[in-house]
Amino acid sequence: MPGVEVTTQRLCRATLRGPWLAAGIVALHPMSEKHWKSVVSQSVCDYFFEAQEKAADVENVPPVISTPHHYLISIYRDKLFFVSVIQTEVPPLFVIEFLHRVADTFQDYFGECSEAAIKDNVVIVYELLEEMLDNGFPLATESNILKELIKPPTILRSVVNSITGSSNVGDTLPTGQLSNIPWRRAGVKYTNNEAYFDVVEEIDAIIDKSGSTVFAEIQGVIDACIKLSGMPDLSLSFMNPRLLDDVSFHPCIRFKRWESERVLSFIPPDGNFRLISYRVSSQNLVAIPVYVKHSISFKENSSCGRFDITIGPKQNMGKTIEAITVTVHMPKVVLNMNLTPTQGSYTFDPVTKVLTWDVGKITPQKLPSLKGLVNLQSGAPKPEENPSLNIQFKIQQLAISGLKVNRLDMYGEKYKPFKGVKYVTKAGKFQVRT
Amino acid sequence: MSSNSFAYNEQSGGGEATELGQEATSTISPSGAFGLFSSDMKKNEDLKQMLESNKDSAKLDAMKRIVGMIAKGKNASELFPAVVKNVASKNIEIKKLVYVYLVRYAEEQQDLALLSISTFQRALKVNGRDPNQLIRASALRVLSSIRVPIIVPIMMLAIKEASADLSPYVRKNAAHAIQKLYSLDPEQKEMLIEIIEKLLKDKSTLVAGSVVMAFEEVCPDRIDLIHKNYRKLCNLLVDVEEWGQVVIIHMLTRYARTQFVSPWKEGDGLEDNEKDFYDSDEEQKEKADKRKRPYTMDPDHRLLIRNTKPLLQSRNAAVVMAVAQLYWHIAPKSEAGIISKSLVRLLRSNREVQYIVLQNIATMSIQRKGMFEPYLKSFYVRSTDPTMIKILKLEILTNLANEANISTLLREFQTYVKSQDKQFAAATIQTIGRCATSITEVSDTCLNGLVCLLSNRDEIVVAESVVVIKKLLQMQPIQHGEIIKHMAKLLDSITVPVARASILWLIGENCERVPKIAPDVLRKTAKSFTSEDDLVKLQILNLGAKLYLTNSKQTKLLTQYILNLGKYDQNYDIRDRTRFIRQLIVPNEKSGALSKYAKKIFLAQKPAPLLESPFKDRDHFQLGTLSHTLNTKATGYLELSNWPEVAPDPSVRNVEVIELAKEWTPAGKAKKENPDEKFYSESEEEEDSSESSSDSESASGSESGEDEEEDHSGDSGEDSGESGSESEAGKGRAAKHAKARGKGDSKDVDKEKENSKSSESSSGESSSIEESSSDSESESESESESESRTITKAKEKKTKQDRNPLTKDVSLLDLDDFNPVSSPVVLPTPALSPSLIADLEGLNLSATSSVISVSTPVFVPGKTHVLLHRMSGKGLAAHYFFPRQPCIFGDKMVSVQITLNNTTDQKIENIHVGGKKLPMGMQMHVFNPIESLEPAGSITVSVGIDFCDSTQTASFQLCTKDDCFSVNIQPPVGELLLPVAMSEKDFKKEQGMLSGMNETSTTIIAAPQNFASSVILQKVVNVANVGVVPSGQDNVHRFAAKTVHSGSLMLVTVELKEGSTAQLIINTEKTVIGSVLLRELKPVLSQG
Repeated sequence: MPGVEVTTQRLCRATLRGPWLAAGIVALHPMSEKHWKSVVSQSVCDYFFEAQEKAADVENVPPVISTPHHYLISIYRDKLFFVSVIQTEVPPLFVIEFLHRVADTFQDYFGECSEAAIKDNVVIVYELLEEMLDNGFPLATESNILKELIKPPTILRSVVNSITGSSNVGDTLPTGQLSNIPWRRAGVKYTNNEAYFDVVEEIDAIIDKSGSTVFAEIQGVIDACIKLSGMPDLSLSFMNPRLLDDVSFHPCIRFKRWESERVLSFIPPDGNFRLISYRVSSQNLVAIPVYVKHSISFKENSSCGRFDITIGPKQNMGKTIEAITVTVHMPKVVLNMNLTPTQGSYTFDPVTKVLTWDVGKITPQKLPSLKGLVNLQSGAPKPEENPSLNIQFKIQQLAISGLKVNRLDMYGEKYKPFKGVKYVTKAGKFQVRT
Repeated sequence: MSSNSFAYNEQSGGGEATELGQEATSTISPSGAFGLFSSDMKKNEDLKQMLESNKDSAKLDAMKRIVGMIAKGKNASELFPAVVKNVASKNIEIKKLVYVYLVRYAEEQQDLALLSISTFQRALKVNGRDPNQLIRASALRVLSSIRVPIIVPIMMLAIKEASADLSPYVRKNAAHAIQKLYSLDPEQKEMLIEIIEKLLKDKSTLVAGSVVMAFEEVCPDRIDLIHKNYRKLCNLLVDVEEWGQVVIIHMLTRYARTQFVSPWKEGDGLEDNEKDFYDSDEEQKEKADKRKRPYTMDPDHRLLIRNTKPLLQSRNAAVVMAVAQLYWHIAPKSEAGIISKSLVRLLRSNREVQYIVLQNIATMSIQRKGMFEPYLKSFYVRSTDPTMIKILKLEILTNLANEANISTLLREFQTYVKSQDKQFAAATIQTIGRCATSITEVSDTCLNGLVCLLSNRDEIVVAESVVVIKKLLQMQPIQHGEIIKHMAKLLDSITVPVARASILWLIGENCERVPKIAPDVLRKTAKSFTSEDDLVKLQILNLGAKLYLTNSKQTKLLTQYILNLGKYDQNYDIRDRTRFIRQLIVPNEKSGALSKYAKKIFLAQKPAPLLESPFKDRDHFQLGTLSHTLNTKATGYLELSNWPEVAPDPSVRNVEVIELAKEWTPAGKAKKENPDEKFYSESEEEEDSSESSSDSESASGSESGEDEEEDHSGDSGEDSGESGSESEAGKGRAAKHAKARGKGDSKDVDKEKENSKSSESSSGESSSIEESSSDSESESESESESESRTITKAKEKKTKQDRNPLTKDVSLLDLDDFNPVSSPVVLPTPALSPSLIADLEGLNLSATSSVISVSTPVFVPGKTHVLLHRMSGKGLAAHYFFPRQPCIFGDKMVSVQITLNNTTDQKIENIHVGGKKLPMGMQMHVFNPIESLEPAGSITVSVGIDFCDSTQTASFQLCTKDDCFSVNIQPPVGELLLPVAMSEKDFKKEQGMLSGMNETSTTIIAAPQNFASSVILQKVVNVANVGVVPSGQDNVHRFAAKTVHSGSLMLVTVELKEGSTAQLIINTEKTVIGSVLLRELKPVLSQG
């Protein structure tokens, strides 16, 4: 590789950066940096800041930036940028996916992936990165394995350690690292053996002005929380597996069994993990549980407008719709809003122009509505387009696609586990154009 | 500086409190800078003291602080000597932090770093090797991360040793170290390639990803190293960890492009974007094409495509993308469609993943619209998407636009145009322009829509519309006078230079069509000339020139006025242009022939601009790569070669040995025992023969063995070579195979050379066998004994060739020991001294249970039994067969596969098992209800039945929505067994314990050809699910199994006698089953 001082290397470092605040960049200095292979000067990050300044919005910082000698690949998560500096060709998704895995691990270890958490635990961060990456190639990324190598910090443990002098770092190779089920650690023991599954479905939809559905599909996941002793071999079957159009699996799932019998058969990792995520195709009709009546208008040559929205239930399968929130990004010319909700409370942030209405539950007898006046900047032309409404809601005990778990069987262990399945439907990217 | 700080430190007395106090004062003091600096030094001093203390906790604390400093980017290099001392610390956390520190600073402090190297060496040394593989691995990791050129030889040695380590984890780290060493010293390339070659043969899934990574880094052009490992890599792929999968798939994509011929039909390589392809169309064409020019895909090519498919379901976006690009680049076009669904799924992921995936989809959608058309709506833009995502989605929507969907798309675009995100709105207008040119049916609609946008309140939108309209009008030189007039009016209001310039240019081009307006526009712009943007000024000049040529009467003065203004403009481009135009259009004496053609020059028909996707030329980069994302060649990008015209020799990938080794893996535990047994038997054989042949031989062999440990890595061939003559060595090998089945009674010494010849001819074995047989002719008598074993072997080789279904296991047993790479360890199989064998034999006897383990079935008969005839089942037919797999529902159950067929022309719904009528103790695990079965559809389900080791019938009801049918399954006795892998010795031991009452036997009479070992083997495994026990004699065949329910052993022996008789003996506790099996086997074996 001519012209490059430091030869072949992949991820030469992951640099963690301070958050971007509205007022400007705070905490310019890198919070944490880790070098694999030769050291890269911090100045390389200047290119990143440049790109960051150019982009009006953090969301628009390009994930891949090319600089004269390096390539910067970054992710933005929880108000933090994770930047990795690359020197040679590498599939960008490889790096992106890895950085997200790093962020997941921090989340897992520290409970949150924030600037403060990383600063407080800089040594563990360092130890973790050391285990996760060797010479730019991911080494151990399974949380079960990492937790055996480096124990997560807890208050109890730090007290114990300071008394006994033992350390946070495991001194044997995690069993999972060598077996062909690397995701599970050996010798798991629980007094109460439990297996819980959460079927969470999200409705992604675009509803147009007239209330008809432009696009809708259901994205679902099954998150599992498994606390079972030993090496249980589980199989989970559905009443209607054919609903699942496109599925992606945790590596523990035996693909062949799914192909032949449509049964999820797996030896689970210990703890919380995402078992599958799936999509119910847009070909099937998707039931839209809410409707919105809206009338938003801005008068020409006047400094006010009218705002009126009402939400009502529709196709909700007899369940109550809860935790409804409506978020609206109002046009820039809006100065303030004077509204009266019949239910819940609303806030309007004049800086970001975001209107949030926390509705709560829908009672069909009295539909919640939000009415009032909009103050516009005088003299400015009226907004071209009405803002679109982003709606969040939740329906308990219902998987909107109709997916049902049939049964869960356990083999390989003698005890009787406690089993449970929970269904929730939520709004995903649910948008109503007005 | 340091002496200074020492002095300072002494002065302060080292007390923590006083230090702090001084720190504070020093910052206030006028020599602030110095004060800060020294306090920094002092802090480090305190760290040094902590590092030197005896307490681990203090050291740990210090190390944590130091690592904290590194993380913040502060320089901690001066602590190097103090830190390095702790490299041998017992506390693992301290040790690891020291490693972290070392790797960071070793390059800067090379001399001091060398001090620490011996510690790592010690951990890696063969003799003193640290028993903890984690320590060995991390020692190697750190050693190889210390970028000090002097230690290159040490690193090399360490990598070599580690690449032969027993632990795959250490070998994985060795693969990583290869890359590090290569980047430190590229001169080592050749040596490193050797190690890579060795590691590529590794069967561990843990190693595969890392070594391929090293391969890509060090020698991506050495494609020849992959040949032999290609099939293995394909087969391992699913089990490799996700990061390794990505690397391997990318490498295999390149490999496939060099080794296989194109599965695409000719000429559609890259250019099929011109036509609109629908999937079905394409497929039909593909088929038609196939008929014309028979193309058969290389089975290896197919293997790769098939084995990567399940990975589309991976949760890791990088893996999915890697498979997608593999399908895109190497799969037949008709099959590439399956990737679109998975790629669309990735769009739900976070924005970075979306960004990359959308880019790749954009490139794909240009070439093959059909692939993503069904997912059109998934690319609809949400107002909450980041702008870069919006623009990419828009790009894809444009690529997918066609006559059928354009109206929906345009409606969607209308929403986008109004977006508050103006950059996005502008991009939408560009898009509408592109749609208008690509789909002629809607070009008028689009144009009208754009014209409407001209009255938009937002300037950016208007400007963009003007620019696009200009391009559109240029492409369609039809009368669009109205639009031009409208735009001329806009000139009063619009201020964006590009738009103004576009309008002026448009008017100039069409000045003859708008004769009244054009001069007026010129008049207005002449007025504002001086305040215009340079871009606009140039167009005013152009407009003037054009009008001067067409309508000089009205505009002569105006033009001259503008030219005069231009002459003194600040911008030299404008001055140049003015001078040029003046010379060209204003006739004077100096102007030559050119001015005659002025009109032609200025008002020539200009070619219309092509509105194209920015992703059009990206496809020459491999999808999913960094280079593709950046649209420039990134450092280290490896070109994807074009398909070769003629496929290179496919036989280079044939690796019998590796193939078999691979097949071994499912056999599980059985594998582990076999090498052991081999060791005993082989060495024993050696002992036997050396004793009998001559005394002189015996000594060295057995003695040298005696002091060797079990993990000694010497080659057995070498050993025996030392102990005896050349032939001994060869014989040792040959005998090894013969004896692989365990320690046999070596009675029959009288089979002769014809047999050994057959071994030569039938077995495709290495020459060592031939050698041994020819040598042995000249040798002493004892040699013939070993030979007779060669025969057994030879016969079995024959067996293998004769019958396909049997091939795998039989040959496996034979060849396994041939093949050092097949064992999980890269070390050559160690030899054991005879004395040690005796010990181990004792051990072996005591640990009986470990020897009996379930192995994979030797043979699975395809015979199906009717469960429900379609006549009696009202169109529902059911067949069952025994797959001979361990049952997944319970380990006491026999697994039965039931295939259901719908022979009616209507759906059969809700097929399930109704009431069960099972004899006492029997249990059945039913299949899950089948919702519906399409007409002519069939489905296979599996059930598990615990028959309690009896041949009683399991009756149950097979129900549909409307009917119930009683069916029953009666198992043949042979299916109540599970094959068992055991050695001959164990077999005999067990047999000895199961004599008397537990033994049943009978005599069989049949033609001699029926007693060929292959025939017997075939017959027995066809009837019963038994495992083959390696036999030392070729007239005795042994089979072992255990019953499924109770796990009792079932030993079957077929002993050939003189004449055409044979003795069939069955030993088992379960005498009933034993005798039933005997009854079933007897007729089978006796009939021809």
